[in-house]
Amino acid sequence: MVDFGSARMIEVGTVLPTQVFTLDRAILKAYADASGDQNPIHQNEEFAVSVGLPNVIAHGMLTMALVGKYVTDWAGGAAQVHEFSARFIKPVIVPANEKVDLTVSATIASIEDGKIKLDITATSAGVKVLGMAKAVVTKK
Amino acid sequence: MLNPDSVGRTFPGSDAVTVTQSQIDAFAAVVGQSDTSVAPPTFAIRITLDQSQAILSNPEIGLDWTRVVHGDQRFEIHTPIKAGDTFRCSSTIESYKVAAGNEIVTVRSDLHQGDALAVSTWSTLVVRA
Repeated sequence: MVDFGSARMIEVGTVLPTQVFTLDRAILKAYADASGDQNPIHQNEEFAVSVGLPNVIAHGMLTMALVGKYVTDWAGGAAQVHEFSARFIKPVIVPANEKVDLTVSATIASIEDGKIKLDITATSAGVKVLGMAKAVVTKK
Repeated sequence: MLNPDSVGRTFPGSDAVTVTQSQIDAFAAVVGQSDTSVAPPTFAIRITLDQSQAILSNPEIGLDWTRVVHGDQRFEIHTPIKAGDTFRCSSTIESYKVAAGNEIVTVRSDLHQGDALAVSTWSTLVVRA
């Protein structure tokens, strides 16, 4: 967990600390079981390649769930998150027996009536995987 | 191809769904959220994607779910989800277009708790040509 530090300035333009999550095949299986999304492109390399993917890819919603954890930690709890959106622009590719990064950071885009809007960036292996990622939170 | 008559229509989901603590715990464990008194912000997808899949796969609507890629996703959380909450789900096909042979469908799914709207989700699904 990132220590966001309560004394940190909260103003438009403030850049929040970067957090790096690690993905491997085990977390894809765990997310498939927890979410009910058992699409084989997220677990079976042979199948993924057969439909034109470079390898097994993470669920877009797993990527988003991890970014949701980042936002939740900064806001001070899941109940503080009111809106959350993202576009899935590139897959997070997860080869067997490897760990890949999901690197997340955010900037405060606006503050209105206590509602803080975050512009979020998420990359894996240096490639931007989410576009237009935004959240609206109230900070506890 | 999607039946164009279905665009703009709202479809009720199946029976009411009750969220269990173990469902929230499993979802939270994946992302490392230790406080499970409230579900993670994207937890609603566990309910809404199933429901919209069931609705859109109905032969009357005709979406080929086997070719679906998730394009984008949005959540509006009015009331955070907790264990024991019971929801009725409805899904509305908000927009539909065909671009370069791909069908692009935006589905809004609403989770209602009694008369109150708890969570709305928007999923843009791309059916690859």
